[in-house]
Amino acid sequence: MFAKQITKNSRTKAQVETTGHIWDGVQELNNPLPRWWVWVLYLTIIWGIGYTIAYPAWPMISGATQGILGPQERAAVAAEIDRFDSANGDIKAALIAAPLADIPADEALKAYAIPAGASVFKNNCATCHGSGAAGVQGKGYPNLLDNDWLWGGDMEAIHTTLTHGIRNATDPDARYSQMPKFGADGLLEPAQIAGVVEHVLKISGQDHDAALASAGATVFTENCVACHTEAGTGDRAQGAPNLTDAIWLYGGTRETITNTVINARFGVMPAWAGRLPEDEIRAVASYVHSLGGGEAAPSPAP
Amino acid sequence: MWDYIKLAVLGAIAVLAAIGVQYGWDLPYKVNAAVVMLAAAATFIVTVRGMERPKRAANMGEYNDGVVRAGVIATAFWGVVGFLVGVIIAFQLAFPSLNIELTGILNFGRLRPLHTSAVIFAFGGNALIMSAFYVVQRTSGARLWGGKLPWFVFWGWQLMIVLAATSYVLGGTQGKEYAEPVWYIDLWITVVWVSFLLVFIGTLYKRREPHIYVANWFFLSMIITVAMLHVVNNMAIPVSLLSSQSVPVFSGVQDAMTQWWYGHNAVGFFLTAGFLGMMYYFVPKQAERPVYSYKLSIIHFWALIFLYIWAGPHHLHYTALPEWASTLGMVFSIVLWMPSWGGMINGLMTLSGAWDKLRTDPILRMFAVAIGFYGMSTFEGPMMSIKAVNSLSHYTDWTIGHVHSGALGWNGMITFATLYFLTPRLWNRAGMYSQSMVSWHFWLATIGIVLYASSMWVTGIMEGLMWREVDANGFLVNAFADTVAAKFPMYVVRGTGGLMYLSGALLMVYNMWMTVRGLPAKSAVNTNNAIPAQ
Repeated sequence: MFAKQITKNSRTKAQVETTGHIWDGVQELNNPLPRWWVWVLYLTIIWGIGYTIAYPAWPMISGATQGILGPQERAAVAAEIDRFDSANGDIKAALIAAPLADIPADEALKAYAIPAGASVFKNNCATCHGSGAAGVQGKGYPNLLDNDWLWGGDMEAIHTTLTHGIRNATDPDARYSQMPKFGADGLLEPAQIAGVVEHVLKISGQDHDAALASAGATVFTENCVACHTEAGTGDRAQGAPNLTDAIWLYGGTRETITNTVINARFGVMPAWAGRLPEDEIRAVASYVHSLGGGEAAPSPAP
Repeated sequence: MWDYIKLAVLGAIAVLAAIGVQYGWDLPYKVNAAVVMLAAAATFIVTVRGMERPKRAANMGEYNDGVVRAGVIATAFWGVVGFLVGVIIAFQLAFPSLNIELTGILNFGRLRPLHTSAVIFAFGGNALIMSAFYVVQRTSGARLWGGKLPWFVFWGWQLMIVLAATSYVLGGTQGKEYAEPVWYIDLWITVVWVSFLLVFIGTLYKRREPHIYVANWFFLSMIITVAMLHVVNNMAIPVSLLSSQSVPVFSGVQDAMTQWWYGHNAVGFFLTAGFLGMMYYFVPKQAERPVYSYKLSIIHFWALIFLYIWAGPHHLHYTALPEWASTLGMVFSIVLWMPSWGGMINGLMTLSGAWDKLRTDPILRMFAVAIGFYGMSTFEGPMMSIKAVNSLSHYTDWTIGHVHSGALGWNGMITFATLYFLTPRLWNRAGMYSQSMVSWHFWLATIGIVLYASSMWVTGIMEGLMWREVDANGFLVNAFADTVAAKFPMYVVRGTGGLMYLSGALLMVYNMWMTVRGLPAKSAVNTNNAIPAQ
């Protein structure tokens, strides 16, 4: 006993003894285990034994005990998936069977396809196009809420874009086009590029240098009209953007347009066939079509 | 003679490290080699200078408190560093633009392990080593065994911290949560930790009281189990002696299971058993009351250390882990509830007869609140291990809130209270410089924790519900980005709570500084330092 004993507090329960050991003045009372503590401990142990009898738990030499109720986790997930699959089976089949152009007019199909498409969109497409489908301005991720379409905005066109993607290396039917690198590959002189940039600023209604722009108009005619057309309104067959409006995929300032002319752009979208089943691709197409810019199918040539 | 051998070894280490700096394959390796070279050179110089002075024999009638004082300073220092990094990364999550692109060094991904390791191993580790050294000496009535070995443990641990921190920010990591240090740091940890074990057992062996005090059971179980966990989970084959990279010996789900066997018991033995050791000594000392129940301490000690080791699989519910392992992990976690609460009951009931002191003694209040948070998080833990609850809580901020109510509330608070207990005694002062600052610290920390934990409960449950929300046709309703956007306000609240916690710690450091520097000595000789006569 090498230390001064802690002064006994007058309120110490008289009947509880200490163990008689003293360490640096610290003593231990010999209180019994709290009854509620013991009972809850027993209860958890009994419950634990019961639970491990009910479910897979104890490892044996080959495999583990399977429990009276058997494995639950995978079965529960499979059952839930089955439940929705069977509930949605008919409407999915109808969605796949319907002509694409007819889906927007079919209230029953729309009622299923648009919320389903919204969900698929948020979990697959939102990474680039944003969870609200507004794209990322100036970064090359198009806004899908407007009616400015690069490759077409009717159901058929959207469905094709979704199915095969754009400029990817995996799908031979992917939509494809490539703007030349007019500056980087030496196709145009810096002065010509400066001119054509002023011309583009002019046709898109922005401040520009009139003298440079008129020289640039010639450059534009000689180099750009095959895709962007004489008026600069673009060509959906080639995914060539309309240059006369205020909507810009990579930015519409003098600086970003110059960069585009020098280095070109090469936006890629994956092909979703194989990643998503046909009914989900059609659902996403319906959803995107419904966002505000959806177009009617072109009337057949007379 | 001994000094010359030491100089030769240190010189050799410095030369080898210099070779490592020159020929290392990757940046973390080179920088770590440079740190080792500097550490060896500094130790070399200190040794040479020490040889010129006459040797002063250690006073065997005194406890070895120098190393405990160093531990107190290191605990406070690393605590502030760890909390600061925590506050930074909390605000990086709220405001992503704070991820400054400096070749990635200050990105969330690099700073997050820096924060967790700094608070667990640097702050918590120093607190454990320092208080184990203090407590084992007092309760054994013996000076620390091993001559300068305790100092090796102290400096070895600091070197480990600096090596780990410098390698994390440069991308050196094993990619295992809470076991990020690369292979050579793991080897060094093993050497230091085994030295810690030797010092502890050597001192216990010299004890005067025939029985080993309960605090020392907890410390010893912590030291032994952490050694085992650390060695098994870090078994890896280095790619080269000149590379920081290595290949783990386990793969796939076995590796995941080993990692969480380690990860959960880092919580169980490092942050629970070790800190219970602190509680069992400092709470009865500060309250000046006997421990409530010896029987309870025996039963809950053995139940706790037997059960904790099986609870790891609850970190891997609904993964590639077989269902049987998941079930067992959940069952053991729930049975663990009462053994964990045994410590809370023993701690709180020790205060019976001293409840009135809570009104006047902010240090005791800190101990009481620490025990309260311990009880809360050891109830929350078993609850979250239930598969049905886990399917909602897993991967959400609820887990983060749970960890922090334990880490800030239990580990942090009990460490602050211990620092306030030790500082006047180790530096021979009558008391802390300012009691009202202790009180301020108490309130800043407590409100900070409440803000932190409640905001994380809200965002955790919210994002869990948003992730699982499906419409009538079984399709998910929310995009992941929607859940991130919805969490923003709560992230700001969490950061604010962290800031308050950090401010409290800064106040503590100032108070400690003024106690040591600004107050007169209590007596000519520090009686707290003297080993009492038989």
